[in-house]
Amino acid sequence: MAESKTERLLQLVLCLTQGQRYVTKDRLRQAIPDYAACPTTDAFERMFERDKNELRELGVPLETGPPGVVDDDPGYRIDRDAYALPEVRLNRDEMTAVALAARVWREPGPASAAARALLKLQADGTATVGPAELPPIEPRLSGGEAAFEPLISAVGARCRVRFQYRGPRDPVPRDRSLEPWGVVSLRGRWYVVGHDLARADVRVFRLSRIEGAVTADGPPGAYEVPPDADLRARVDMFDAARPTASATLRVRAGAGYGLRRRAQSAVRSEGHDILTVRYRELGVLAEEIASYGSSVVVQEPAELRADVVGRLQAVLDRSR
Amino acid sequence: MAAASAQLARLLSLVPWLRARPGVPKAEAADAFGITVQQLEKDLQLAFTCELPGQPEVFIDIDYLDSDRVSVIDAGSIDRPLRLRSDEAVALLVGLRALAAVPGLADRAALDSALAKVEDAAGAGRGLGPAPEPHDRAAGPDPAAAVRDALALRRRLHLSYWVPSRDEITERDVDPFRLVSVDDTAYLEGYCHASEAVRTFRLDRVTAAVVLDEPATPPPGQVPAGPGDARALRDSPASFHPSQEDTVVVLDLGPQARWVPEYYACEWVQEAPDGGLRVGLRTADPRLVVRLALRLGGAARVVEPPQVAAAVREAATEALAEYGVSHVVDRG
Repeated sequence: MAESKTERLLQLVLCLTQGQRYVTKDRLRQAIPDYAACPTTDAFERMFERDKNELRELGVPLETGPPGVVDDDPGYRIDRDAYALPEVRLNRDEMTAVALAARVWREPGPASAAARALLKLQADGTATVGPAELPPIEPRLSGGEAAFEPLISAVGARCRVRFQYRGPRDPVPRDRSLEPWGVVSLRGRWYVVGHDLARADVRVFRLSRIEGAVTADGPPGAYEVPPDADLRARVDMFDAARPTASATLRVRAGAGYGLRRRAQSAVRSEGHDILTVRYRELGVLAEEIASYGSSVVVQEPAELRADVVGRLQAVLDRSR
Repeated sequence: MAAASAQLARLLSLVPWLRARPGVPKAEAADAFGITVQQLEKDLQLAFTCELPGQPEVFIDIDYLDSDRVSVIDAGSIDRPLRLRSDEAVALLVGLRALAAVPGLADRAALDSALAKVEDAAGAGRGLGPAPEPHDRAAGPDPAAAVRDALALRRRLHLSYWVPSRDEITERDVDPFRLVSVDDTAYLEGYCHASEAVRTFRLDRVTAAVVLDEPATPPPGQVPAGPGDARALRDSPASFHPSQEDTVVVLDLGPQARWVPEYYACEWVQEAPDGGLRVGLRTADPRLVVRLALRLGGAARVVEPPQVAAAVREAATEALAEYGVSHVVDRG
């Protein structure tokens, strides 16, 4: 049963990809045996409608042509340029990266979408990296998987969305209505930025805190994304680790590895190294430097020096 | 997706896939598409026999249907894979950005060029922000590349690994199992020959890594921890393994240091009248407590044992001397 339907759908695809000309419904009914076998025109029409929808659902760009000259029957075709995946040509390392990327999904929906996408890229003639050849690297998303596709599609279509959101201080999830501008990640966490309709202001939502489904709410083209909307800047406001200042530290040889591994530059001299480390919050860096005791000494800036000295003095004051 | 749709979607990829790989073993093709060889043969049969009455030129020609290899001679008008659907493009483009967010998980240059090519082909990416910027990293060879090589080659690794509690680099041989990620941090799981047990290492604490000539051969029965506990890795300091010979240090924590029991395994925790806590922290290495007390500044005080309290005072005095501050301790 399923196989004969697959065959019919394949026949329809082959039939409509033959040339640039639109093929009329009558012509299709003659050409495809299942359609020809339909006892009534109604039965054929219903079957053809369902088939068209299934092809479009798969992403086949089925076009409806203008009404014909002889009758009003519009005719159909599939433009092969619109149908075909453009050449991608990934090399082996790039294909490995894409195959690993396809592994981030745990939810069955996006996981199988990723698997289908991978096969399409490999069908392009690109190097195949089979599951057995991939290194055991298992990246993960931090939740909210089901929200990605509806949000990103909505941004593309400029379509409002609704969802239930539980903020960090919300005891219960609350209804949100949003004009989404884009989806961005920060330090492995994912956020949607947009115009919150109830609050009449720009808001940022973490995808893993969205509960239930994200649903389209209204027609496409309902709003414009401001051309100067800097999504990353909106999200970066949350990033305490994004450095804005720079410190010079004297670090004893064989110590201070937490600072060494992220140092911008290191100048070696006898018994110690001079490191340049970037930071954002002075207090956070001062805490870390104090924890190394005499192994790490601040040279610059002066306010960081003073902060570390203050902390060390507080240790002595408290331990009296 | 309905059965017929799913089969058609597969066929539309399978035919060009085979066309690009003449004479490929059927088993390999079936494996790539996640189906059995029998199902592959059914798919091929369907494509091969699919014809349109009156249109003899419309057909797909397949060879070697009887042997264990297969070739598509003519893919008809479906010789190219179908364009990526929106959900398929999103799945890959988000995945690539997620990989890029975790330093060390993948070769960044390959990742960036793959992302550019897929974005080009998908015509998508609108709605997704730019890929995360590469993270700050000290200059020199990237130990993560050696870790990935060892995983790919299934070889033993020599790791230089920073233990923050002691601010010390330890040396050990590890049979790597896998790399996993939590948010933007990668963790290496493997059998550690120094501790003779399965251990988890934060990739950003690996200061150097060398791929050894020996194959990775963990003792039988040593398996990676389940996938569900990756989240727990972040919440417990991996270097902390309490035992009965350890010292119990009693600490008074001010209200701003109430987070300590969440990150350090405490034997007991009591509420203090000032809104802070008094905790008992068992440790094999009192240097951990000295570093913690220095970090907390005035927000913590070592109550006992006295030698740990003295070590904290000494460390703070020494550090202050480096700044030219001689702190007069009022012992009255």
